[in-house]
Amino acid sequence: MKRFKLARNIWLGIENLLLHKLRTFLTMLGVVFGVGSVVAMLSVGEGASQEALEQIRKIGSHNIIINSIKSDDETSSSTVYTRMSIYGLKYDDFARVSESNPAVKQAVPVKIINKDARFHTRRMELRVVGTTAKWFEMLDRLVVAGRVLLPRDNEKMANVVVLTEYGARRILATGNTIGENIRIGSDYFMIVGIVKSEGGMAGNIQMPDEQTDAYIPIKVARNYFGDITRKSTAGTWIREMVELHKIIVQVDSLDNVVKTANSIEAMLRRFHDKEDYQISVPLALLRQAEATKRTFNIVLGSIAAISLLVGGIGIMNIMLASVTERTREIGIRRAIGAKRGQIISQFIIETVVLSTVGGFIGIAIGVAIPWAITYFSGMPTVVTMSSIILSVGISISVGVVFGLYPAVRAANVDPIIALRHE
Amino acid sequence: MQTRDSHTSEDGFIRLTNVMKTYQMGIEQVHALAGVSVSFEKGSFWAIMGPSGSGKSTMLNILGCLDRVTSGSYVLQDEDVSTLGDDALSEHRLKHLGFIFQSFNLIPQITVQKNIELPLYYLGWDADESADRAVELAKKVGLEDRLGHKPTELSGGQMQRVAIARALANEPEILLADEPTGNLDTSTGHQIMDLICELNDLGKTIIMVTHESEIAEHAGYNLHMRDGLIERIKENRQ
Repeated sequence: MKRFKLARNIWLGIENLLLHKLRTFLTMLGVVFGVGSVVAMLSVGEGASQEALEQIRKIGSHNIIINSIKSDDETSSSTVYTRMSIYGLKYDDFARVSESNPAVKQAVPVKIINKDARFHTRRMELRVVGTTAKWFEMLDRLVVAGRVLLPRDNEKMANVVVLTEYGARRILATGNTIGENIRIGSDYFMIVGIVKSEGGMAGNIQMPDEQTDAYIPIKVARNYFGDITRKSTAGTWIREMVELHKIIVQVDSLDNVVKTANSIEAMLRRFHDKEDYQISVPLALLRQAEATKRTFNIVLGSIAAISLLVGGIGIMNIMLASVTERTREIGIRRAIGAKRGQIISQFIIETVVLSTVGGFIGIAIGVAIPWAITYFSGMPTVVTMSSIILSVGISISVGVVFGLYPAVRAANVDPIIALRHE
Repeated sequence: MQTRDSHTSEDGFIRLTNVMKTYQMGIEQVHALAGVSVSFEKGSFWAIMGPSGSGKSTMLNILGCLDRVTSGSYVLQDEDVSTLGDDALSEHRLKHLGFIFQSFNLIPQITVQKNIELPLYYLGWDADESADRAVELAKKVGLEDRLGHKPTELSGGQMQRVAIARALANEPEILLADEPTGNLDTSTGHQIMDLICELNDLGKTIIMVTHESEIAEHAGYNLHMRDGLIERIKENRQ
């Protein structure tokens, strides 16, 4: 005897479904929307989390960032004219942080002063970042031209500056930029390099660098600009004394990041009366992002499960109606010699074809929606292969699960009664 | 009585022995067949007759492996099928039996060709072979130009021809016909009967249920039933 071929059975199922095109299409819609929304929502979630992960990666998952902040009582008393606010991280803090903890691989001190810069007739305000060569080791940024700061720049107290691509374009507006001198404050600095910068926020953490940065050796910064800044706010001159605005710490391994952050915090608390510093741990944020993603996936999973359940019930409902409608056909097939199993497989194949085709249309919609979201709103979306495989699997199972009962009902039709059925 | 005895022998091609079929109707038991013994020889042509409720349809359903006996035995081609399961009965219908119905029982949504191919589909024939066979059968019943039509586009006589072609597709030894001319006008009915007689001449065993004596005359034997029992068997002189 020849084999009962699957391909022919599938083809038979397709032919039967094509007899009622509108009904088939409407029946499919449940699965189409179910699968479509799963793929679309997962891709939006995946896009958001990948973007967050990418930004956190740019800060560096091994890094801990300590920022100087004005403590609350300092902020409230700063209206006094003669008062000078003294707060933030000290040079001593940097020495303690970099030497006291064995897990600290390296640390970099950062001094930030806003200064006007001039180049011929152009001027702009730059965020002058006094730092060392290690800054560039710890934050992986693309070097567009020239070089970054070197250890000898600090040793020699060289008047050199590394600009960002954005800053260079705005203030120089020329192609050949390396070797030019620009004036920052009242001193001249030679441009030795251009780097790309990653401004903006990564989750709740501000990126350490900004678009208008100008990197100079920290010793030069301290020497020329000092620790005291004056700025005018609402007619009042405010003087602030901050030794270091930032300390970026790199830890030797991922396991030690949180531990080290805690011990640094404990140490700083001992030496600071007020809490005039803030510790950010990108890794903790990364963990938080992962937890958020998990929660998000559970919520999406539930929504998807409900919509697919509704879709499946819709399919089952139509298939039950179809079994009743086709009682006579089933009777004819049984009389001719079709076994119960063959009737079951005929109906299950029909529902699986229905749900699978619906699933594929759903995937197409689920891919198109994120594309449109990205195209119109710029929000990042990522359609992962795993979400598509998952959707195909789900739609096939919906067909099997919800097709089983109608198929068994069909197989149990008594051919004698069915043949008399009108 | 002489005639009847010759059809209860032990070596029949199709043999019912003391077959009972009982239905439970509420608290009452109804004996649709109340102990029937008969054997049908290979190549014979039988017409089962009798008033409605006499058990002739039940007998045809049992002979066609669509229904099971309550007691007694049914031997089909040397095999006792009265104890077989559902799948085995399906297998018997598929390989050895062909059905012709009063209301044709074609699947209206598919073409004439697909209807004829239906048994071949379950026999596992591949598409090309099935198509060739369907064309050949359609020629045999004179409908080769209607293969692409839907059954609803055909006349009653044509539909019954398609049904006969379908019944022949699996090359059965036995054809079971349930009032094959019941839905047809007289002249079309005669044409269909001529076709059935032709098949009998080619060696098919044919068992037909009818209530028209004029139709029954085509058969070699007329079996009259009453109240679930065989009343008499008459041999027709051709």
